[in-house]
Amino acid sequence: MRWTWFHRLASPPYLYGLAARLTPWFAWPAALLILGGLFAGLVLAPPDYQQGEGFRIIYVHVPSAWMSLMVYVTMGLAAAVGLIWRMKVAHAIAASCAPIGASFTVAALVTGSLWGKPMWGTWWVWDPRLTSELILLFLYLGFMGLRAGFDDTQRADRAGALLAIVGLVNVPIIHYSVIWWNSLHQAPSVLRFGKPTIPGAMLAPLLILLLGFTLFFAALLLVRVRAEILQRERTARWISETLSG
Amino acid sequence: MTPRQRRLGLVVGIIVGVSIAGGLALSAFRKHVTFFFDPSQVASGQAPVGESFRLGGMVANGTVQRAPGSLEVRFTVTDFAHDVPVSYTGVLPDLFREGAGVVAQGHLRSDGTFVADEVLAKHDEKYMPPAVAKSLKRRHGEARSDPGS
Repeated sequence: MRWTWFHRLASPPYLYGLAARLTPWFAWPAALLILGGLFAGLVLAPPDYQQGEGFRIIYVHVPSAWMSLMVYVTMGLAAAVGLIWRMKVAHAIAASCAPIGASFTVAALVTGSLWGKPMWGTWWVWDPRLTSELILLFLYLGFMGLRAGFDDTQRADRAGALLAIVGLVNVPIIHYSVIWWNSLHQAPSVLRFGKPTIPGAMLAPLLILLLGFTLFFAALLLVRVRAEILQRERTARWISETLSG
Repeated sequence: MTPRQRRLGLVVGIIVGVSIAGGLALSAFRKHVTFFFDPSQVASGQAPVGESFRLGGMVANGTVQRAPGSLEVRFTVTDFAHDVPVSYTGVLPDLFREGAGVVAQGHLRSDGTFVADEVLAKHDEKYMPPAVAKSLKRRHGEARSDPGS
Protein backbone atom coordinates (compact mmCIF):
# COMPACT_ATOMS: atom_id res chain seq x y z
CA MET A 1 0.00 0.00 0.00
CA ARG A 2 1.31 3.41 -0.98
CA TRP A 3 0.07 5.34 2.01
CA THR A 4 3.40 7.03 2.67
CA TRP A 5 2.17 10.39 1.27
CA PHE A 6 -0.74 10.28 3.68
CA HIS A 7 1.51 9.53 6.64
CA ARG A 8 3.91 12.26 5.59
CA LEU A 9 1.02 14.75 5.47
CA ALA A 10 0.27 13.84 9.06
CA SER A 11 3.66 15.20 10.13
CA PRO A 12 3.31 18.85 11.24
CA PRO A 13 6.76 20.02 10.02
CA TYR A 14 6.17 18.49 6.58
CA LEU A 15 2.69 20.02 6.21
CA TYR A 16 3.99 23.36 7.51
CA GLY A 17 6.61 23.49 4.78
CA LEU A 18 4.31 22.12 2.08
CA ALA A 19 1.63 24.70 2.87
CA ALA A 20 4.19 27.51 2.57
CA ARG A 21 5.34 26.26 -0.84
CA LEU A 22 1.80 25.72 -2.15
CA THR A 23 0.25 29.02 -1.02
CA PRO A 24 1.36 31.21 -4.00
CA TRP A 25 0.16 28.54 -6.46
CA PHE A 26 -3.36 29.10 -5.16
CA ALA A 27 -3.24 32.77 -4.16
CA TRP A 28 -2.15 34.24 -7.51
CA PRO A 29 -4.60 32.35 -9.76
CA ALA A 30 -7.30 33.17 -7.20
CA ALA A 31 -6.55 36.90 -7.37
CA LEU A 32 -6.48 36.89 -11.19
CA LEU A 33 -9.67 34.84 -11.53
CA ILE A 34 -11.58 36.94 -8.98
CA LEU A 35 -10.53 40.27 -10.54
CA GLY A 36 -11.21 38.99 -14.08
CA GLY A 37 -14.49 37.35 -13.07
CA LEU A 38 -15.72 40.48 -11.29
CA PHE A 39 -14.90 42.62 -14.33
CA ALA A 40 -16.67 40.14 -16.64
CA GLY A 41 -19.66 39.86 -14.33
CA LEU A 42 -20.10 43.48 -13.29
CA VAL A 43 -19.17 45.14 -16.61
CA LEU A 44 -19.26 42.75 -19.58
CA ALA A 45 -22.27 40.53 -18.81
CA PRO A 46 -25.64 41.76 -20.10
CA PRO A 47 -28.28 42.91 -17.59
CA ASP A 48 -31.19 40.62 -16.77
CA TYR A 49 -34.57 41.11 -18.48
CA GLN A 50 -36.45 41.31 -15.20
CA GLN A 51 -33.96 42.27 -12.51
CA GLY A 52 -31.96 44.73 -14.62
CA GLU A 53 -28.54 45.51 -13.16
CA GLY A 54 -29.54 44.19 -9.75
CA PHE A 55 -29.00 40.59 -10.78
CA ARG A 56 -25.22 41.18 -10.77
CA ILE A 57 -25.16 40.53 -7.04
CA ILE A 58 -25.23 36.81 -7.94
CA TYR A 59 -21.57 37.16 -8.89
CA VAL A 60 -20.76 37.58 -5.20
CA HIS A 61 -23.76 35.88 -3.62
CA VAL A 62 -23.65 32.54 -5.44
CA PRO A 63 -19.88 31.92 -5.03
CA SER A 64 -20.12 32.89 -1.34
CA ALA A 65 -23.06 30.56 -0.74
CA TRP A 66 -21.33 27.77 -2.68
CA MET A 67 -18.16 28.24 -0.62
CA SER A 68 -20.09 28.30 2.65
CA LEU A 69 -21.16 24.72 1.86
CA MET A 70 -17.87 23.56 0.40
CA VAL A 71 -15.86 24.84 3.35
CA TYR A 72 -18.24 23.04 5.69
CA VAL A 73 -17.81 19.75 3.83
CA THR A 74 -14.02 20.21 3.96
CA MET A 75 -14.25 20.94 7.68
CA GLY A 76 -16.50 17.95 8.37
CA LEU A 77 -14.31 15.55 6.39
CA ALA A 78 -11.12 16.85 8.04
CA ALA A 79 -12.76 16.47 11.44
CA ALA A 80 -13.79 12.88 10.61
CA VAL A 81 -10.27 12.02 9.44
CA GLY A 82 -8.87 13.58 12.61
CA LEU A 83 -11.25 11.59 14.76
CA ILE A 84 -10.80 8.24 13.02
CA TRP A 85 -7.05 8.31 12.38
CA ARG A 86 -6.19 10.42 15.46
CA MET A 87 -4.48 12.81 13.08
CA LYS A 88 -3.61 16.12 14.74
CA VAL A 89 -3.08 18.06 11.53
CA ALA A 90 -6.54 17.05 10.27
CA HIS A 91 -8.02 18.69 13.37
CA ALA A 92 -5.82 21.72 12.68
CA ILE A 93 -7.31 21.88 9.16
CA ALA A 94 -10.87 21.62 10.51
CA ALA A 95 -10.19 24.36 13.05
CA SER A 96 -8.73 26.58 10.31
CA CYS A 97 -11.78 26.12 8.08
CA ALA A 98 -14.35 27.45 10.53
CA PRO A 99 -13.67 31.23 10.46
CA ILE A 100 -13.32 31.16 6.65
CA GLY A 101 -16.60 29.30 6.24
CA ALA A 102 -18.37 31.56 8.70
CA SER A 103 -17.19 34.60 6.72
CA PHE A 104 -18.49 33.16 3.44
CA THR A 105 -21.80 32.36 5.13
CA VAL A 106 -22.13 35.93 6.41
CA ALA A 107 -21.30 37.23 2.92
CA ALA A 108 -23.98 34.98 1.37
CA LEU A 109 -26.59 36.03 3.94
CA VAL A 110 -25.82 39.77 3.67
CA THR A 111 -25.71 39.89 -0.14
CA GLY A 112 -28.90 37.82 -0.29
CA SER A 113 -30.60 40.19 2.09
CA LEU A 114 -29.50 43.26 0.08
CA TRP A 115 -30.93 41.63 -3.07
CA GLY A 116 -34.07 40.42 -1.33
CA LYS A 117 -35.23 43.88 -0.27
CA PRO A 118 -35.73 45.34 -3.76
CA MET A 119 -36.55 42.07 -5.58
CA TRP A 120 -38.70 40.09 -3.16
CA GLY A 121 -39.78 43.07 -1.08
CA THR A 122 -38.21 41.93 2.20
CA TRP A 123 -34.78 41.77 3.85
CA TRP A 124 -35.46 38.45 5.52
CA VAL A 125 -38.08 35.69 5.57
CA TRP A 126 -38.09 32.41 7.49
CA ASP A 127 -37.89 30.48 4.26
CA PRO A 128 -36.35 26.94 4.34
CA ARG A 129 -33.28 28.01 2.34
CA LEU A 130 -32.60 31.14 4.36
CA THR A 131 -33.23 29.41 7.68
CA SER A 132 -30.98 26.42 6.90
CA GLU A 133 -28.20 28.78 5.77
CA LEU A 134 -28.54 30.70 9.04
CA ILE A 135 -28.27 27.38 10.91
CA LEU A 136 -25.04 26.78 8.97
CA LEU A 137 -23.68 30.06 10.35
CA PHE A 138 -24.61 28.97 13.88
CA LEU A 139 -22.89 25.61 13.28
CA TYR A 140 -19.68 27.41 12.34
CA LEU A 141 -19.95 29.76 15.32
CA GLY A 142 -20.88 26.87 17.62
CA PHE A 143 -17.87 24.88 16.41
CA MET A 144 -15.55 27.83 17.10
CA GLY A 145 -17.15 28.52 20.46
CA LEU A 146 -17.05 24.88 21.53
CA ARG A 147 -13.36 24.62 20.65
CA ALA A 148 -12.60 27.83 22.51
CA GLY A 149 -14.32 26.39 25.59
CA PHE A 150 -11.61 23.76 26.14
CA ASP A 151 -8.12 24.52 27.45
CA ASP A 152 -6.88 21.13 26.31
CA THR A 153 -6.37 21.09 22.53
CA GLN A 154 -6.98 17.36 22.23
CA ARG A 155 -10.36 17.55 23.97
CA ALA A 156 -11.29 20.62 21.93
CA ASP A 157 -10.42 18.67 18.77
CA ARG A 158 -12.64 15.72 19.65
CA ALA A 159 -15.64 17.69 20.86
CA GLY A 160 -15.45 20.06 17.89
CA ALA A 161 -15.09 17.17 15.44
CA LEU A 162 -18.29 15.54 16.72
CA LEU A 163 -20.22 18.79 16.26
CA ALA A 164 -18.75 19.32 12.77
CA ILE A 165 -19.73 15.77 11.74
CA VAL A 166 -23.27 16.10 13.11
CA GLY A 167 -23.63 19.39 11.24
CA LEU A 168 -22.76 17.75 7.91
CA VAL A 169 -26.39 16.65 7.76
CA ASN A 170 -27.39 20.28 7.22
CA VAL A 171 -25.44 20.54 3.95
CA PRO A 172 -27.81 18.51 1.71
CA ILE A 173 -30.75 20.13 3.51
CA ILE A 174 -29.50 23.56 2.43
CA HIS A 175 -28.96 22.49 -1.15
CA TYR A 176 -32.30 20.68 -1.57
CA SER A 177 -34.37 23.05 0.59
CA VAL A 178 -35.60 24.90 -2.50
CA ILE A 179 -36.60 21.63 -4.20
CA TRP A 180 -38.14 19.69 -1.30
CA TRP A 181 -40.31 22.50 0.02
CA ASN A 182 -42.15 25.51 -1.28
CA SER A 183 -39.74 28.33 -0.67
CA LEU A 184 -39.36 31.96 -1.61
CA HIS A 185 -35.77 31.41 -2.71
CA GLN A 186 -35.50 30.35 -6.34
CA ALA A 187 -34.43 26.86 -7.40
CA PRO A 188 -30.83 26.24 -8.58
CA SER A 189 -29.96 27.68 -12.02
CA VAL A 190 -26.65 25.88 -12.51
CA LEU A 191 -26.44 22.75 -10.32
CA ARG A 192 -29.60 21.11 -11.64
CA PHE A 193 -30.66 18.29 -13.88
CA GLY A 194 -30.78 19.44 -17.47
CA LYS A 195 -29.36 22.61 -18.95
CA PRO A 196 -28.54 25.63 -16.79
CA THR A 197 -31.30 28.24 -16.93
CA ILE A 198 -28.77 31.02 -17.33
CA PRO A 199 -27.20 31.84 -20.73
CA GLY A 200 -23.47 31.44 -21.39
CA ALA A 201 -22.64 35.16 -21.35
CA MET A 202 -24.02 35.43 -17.82
CA LEU A 203 -22.85 32.00 -16.67
CA ALA A 204 -19.18 32.27 -17.71
CA PRO A 205 -18.25 35.02 -15.20
CA LEU A 206 -20.04 33.05 -12.49
CA LEU A 207 -18.01 29.90 -13.20
CA ILE A 208 -14.78 31.94 -13.26
CA LEU A 209 -15.69 33.40 -9.86
CA LEU A 210 -16.64 30.00 -8.45
CA LEU A 211 -13.19 28.70 -9.37
CA GLY A 212 -11.55 31.90 -8.10
CA PHE A 213 -13.35 31.71 -4.74
CA THR A 214 -12.42 28.04 -4.39
CA LEU A 215 -8.72 28.77 -4.96
CA PHE A 216 -8.98 31.77 -2.63
CA PHE A 217 -10.32 29.45 0.07
CA ALA A 218 -7.46 27.00 -0.55
CA ALA A 219 -4.89 29.79 -0.22
CA LEU A 220 -6.50 31.14 2.96
CA LEU A 221 -6.69 27.64 4.40
CA LEU A 222 -2.99 27.01 3.77
CA VAL A 223 -2.03 30.25 5.53
CA ARG A 224 -4.33 29.53 8.47
CA VAL A 225 -3.16 25.92 8.78
CA ARG A 226 0.43 27.14 9.15
CA ALA A 227 -0.60 29.54 11.90
CA GLU A 228 -2.60 26.78 13.59
CA ILE A 229 0.35 24.35 13.43
CA LEU A 230 2.69 26.98 14.89
CA GLN A 231 0.23 27.58 17.72
CA ARG A 232 -0.15 23.86 18.48
CA GLU A 233 3.51 22.92 18.18
CA ARG A 234 4.87 26.04 19.84
CA THR A 235 7.00 23.99 22.25
CA ALA A 236 8.34 21.57 19.61
CA ARG A 237 11.99 21.74 18.70
CA TRP A 238 11.48 21.71 14.91
CA ILE A 239 9.84 25.11 15.16
CA SER A 240 12.79 26.86 16.75
CA GLU A 241 15.03 25.10 14.25
CA THR A 242 12.86 26.10 11.27
CA LEU A 243 12.32 29.69 12.35
CA SER A 244 15.91 30.39 13.34
CA GLY A 245 17.31 28.55 10.33
CA MET B 1 -12.07 -4.81 15.45
CA THR B 2 -9.27 -2.30 15.77
CA PRO B 3 -9.85 0.95 17.66
CA ARG B 4 -9.61 2.80 14.34
CA GLN B 5 -12.40 0.71 12.81
CA ARG B 6 -14.47 1.31 15.93
CA ARG B 7 -14.00 5.07 15.54
CA LEU B 8 -14.87 4.84 11.84
CA GLY B 9 -18.04 2.98 12.80
CA LEU B 10 -18.82 5.64 15.39
CA VAL B 11 -18.51 8.45 12.84
CA VAL B 12 -20.61 6.61 10.24
CA GLY B 13 -23.13 5.79 12.96
CA ILE B 14 -23.41 9.44 14.00
CA ILE B 15 -23.99 10.56 10.41
CA VAL B 16 -26.59 7.86 9.72
CA GLY B 17 -28.34 8.42 13.06
CA VAL B 18 -28.52 12.19 12.75
CA SER B 19 -29.69 11.91 9.12
CA ILE B 20 -32.53 9.59 10.11
CA ALA B 21 -33.49 11.78 13.08
CA GLY B 22 -33.33 14.91 10.94
CA GLY B 23 -35.32 13.29 8.13
CA LEU B 24 -38.05 12.15 10.53
CA ALA B 25 -38.21 15.55 12.23
CA LEU B 26 -38.41 17.41 8.94
CA SER B 27 -41.10 15.13 7.53
CA ALA B 28 -43.09 15.47 10.77
CA PHE B 29 -42.87 19.26 10.52
CA ARG B 30 -43.41 19.25 6.79
CA LYS B 31 -46.42 21.58 7.04
CA HIS B 32 -44.46 24.10 9.07
CA VAL B 33 -41.31 23.93 6.97
CA THR B 34 -43.30 24.71 3.84
CA PHE B 35 -43.04 28.40 3.23
CA PHE B 36 -46.39 28.80 1.49
CA PHE B 37 -49.55 26.97 0.43
CA ASP B 38 -50.56 26.89 -3.21
CA PRO B 39 -54.13 27.50 -4.41
CA SER B 40 -54.83 23.75 -4.75
CA GLN B 41 -53.87 23.20 -1.12
CA VAL B 42 -56.13 26.10 -0.14
CA ALA B 43 -58.99 24.61 -2.20
CA SER B 44 -58.57 21.20 -0.55
CA GLY B 45 -58.64 22.79 2.89
CA GLN B 46 -55.02 22.14 3.87
CA ALA B 47 -54.32 25.79 4.63
CA PRO B 48 -55.19 26.93 8.18
CA VAL B 49 -58.62 28.56 8.39
CA GLY B 50 -59.07 31.78 10.32
CA GLU B 51 -55.38 32.36 10.92
CA SER B 52 -52.61 33.96 8.98
CA PHE B 53 -50.74 31.88 6.38
CA ARG B 54 -48.81 32.41 3.16
CA LEU B 55 -50.31 31.85 -0.26
CA GLY B 56 -47.99 31.25 -3.20
CA GLY B 57 -48.49 30.86 -6.93
CA MET B 58 -48.51 32.76 -10.19
CA VAL B 59 -50.21 36.09 -10.70
CA ALA B 60 -52.76 35.19 -13.37
CA ASN B 61 -52.41 37.17 -16.61
CA GLY B 62 -54.78 40.10 -17.00
CA THR B 63 -56.12 40.03 -13.45
CA VAL B 64 -54.18 42.89 -11.81
CA GLN B 65 -56.53 45.77 -11.06
CA ARG B 66 -55.53 48.90 -9.19
CA ALA B 67 -58.13 51.01 -7.44
CA PRO B 68 -57.69 54.62 -8.62
CA GLY B 69 -56.50 57.04 -5.92
CA SER B 70 -55.35 54.37 -3.48
CA LEU B 71 -52.69 51.67 -3.08
CA GLU B 72 -55.25 48.90 -3.23
CA VAL B 73 -54.47 46.13 -5.73
CA ARG B 74 -56.57 43.10 -6.62
CA PHE B 75 -55.25 40.12 -8.51
CA THR B 76 -55.75 36.37 -8.83
CA VAL B 77 -53.15 33.85 -7.69
CA THR B 78 -53.25 30.62 -9.65
CA ASP B 79 -51.41 27.30 -9.86
CA PHE B 80 -53.23 26.51 -13.13
CA ALA B 81 -55.58 24.14 -11.28
CA HIS B 82 -57.23 26.48 -8.77
CA ASP B 83 -57.49 30.26 -8.37
CA VAL B 84 -57.59 32.45 -5.29
CA PRO B 85 -58.55 36.13 -5.53
CA VAL B 86 -56.25 38.40 -3.51
CA SER B 87 -56.70 41.91 -2.21
CA TYR B 88 -53.72 43.93 -0.99
CA THR B 89 -53.09 47.52 0.03
CA GLY B 90 -49.48 48.64 -0.04
CA VAL B 91 -46.31 48.89 -2.08
CA LEU B 92 -45.50 45.96 -4.39
CA PRO B 93 -41.92 44.70 -4.91
CA ASP B 94 -40.02 45.30 -8.18
CA LEU B 95 -40.44 41.80 -9.53
CA PHE B 96 -44.22 41.71 -9.03
CA ARG B 97 -45.83 41.25 -12.42
CA GLU B 98 -48.49 39.24 -14.19
CA GLY B 99 -47.35 35.73 -15.06
CA ALA B 100 -44.64 35.80 -12.34
CA GLY B 101 -44.47 34.05 -9.00
CA VAL B 102 -45.74 35.70 -5.83
CA VAL B 103 -46.01 34.86 -2.14
CA ALA B 104 -48.58 36.73 -0.06
CA GLN B 105 -48.99 36.66 3.72
CA GLY B 106 -52.54 37.16 4.98
CA HIS B 107 -55.80 35.38 5.79
CA LEU B 108 -58.85 34.08 3.96
CA ARG B 109 -62.02 36.14 4.27
CA SER B 110 -65.31 34.27 4.51
CA ASP B 111 -66.14 35.18 0.89
CA GLY B 112 -63.01 33.31 -0.29
CA THR B 113 -60.89 36.40 -0.93
CA PHE B 114 -57.38 36.28 0.46
CA VAL B 115 -56.59 39.56 2.24
CA ALA B 116 -52.83 40.07 2.13
CA ASP B 117 -50.79 42.10 4.63
CA GLU B 118 -47.55 41.55 2.75
CA VAL B 119 -46.79 40.61 -0.85
CA LEU B 120 -43.39 39.20 -1.85
CA ALA B 121 -42.28 38.48 -5.40
CA LYS B 122 -40.87 35.01 -5.99
CA HIS B 123 -38.13 35.13 -8.55
CA ASP B 124 -37.69 32.09 -10.78
CA GLU B 125 -34.31 30.57 -11.59
CA LYS B 126 -34.24 31.92 -15.16
CA TYR B 127 -31.82 34.63 -16.19
CA MET B 128 -31.90 36.27 -19.61
CA PRO B 129 -30.48 39.33 -21.34
CA PRO B 130 -33.28 41.81 -22.26
CA ALA B 131 -32.76 41.35 -26.02
CA VAL B 132 -33.26 37.59 -25.75
CA ALA B 133 -36.37 38.08 -23.63
CA LYS B 134 -37.75 40.50 -26.20
CA SER B 135 -37.23 38.16 -29.16
CA LEU B 136 -38.65 35.23 -27.19
CA LYS B 137 -41.69 37.32 -26.41
CA ARG B 138 -42.10 38.30 -30.04
CA ARG B 139 -41.85 34.66 -31.14
CA HIS B 140 -44.38 33.42 -28.62
CA GLY B 141 -46.59 36.47 -29.01
CA GLU B 142 -47.21 36.28 -25.30
CA ALA B 143 -49.01 39.02 -23.47
CA ARG B 144 -46.49 39.64 -20.74
CA SER B 145 -46.15 42.82 -18.82
CA ASP B 146 -43.39 45.25 -19.75
CA PRO B 147 -40.03 43.75 -18.69
CA GLY B 148 -38.24 47.08 -18.82
CA SER B 149 -39.68 48.70 -15.70
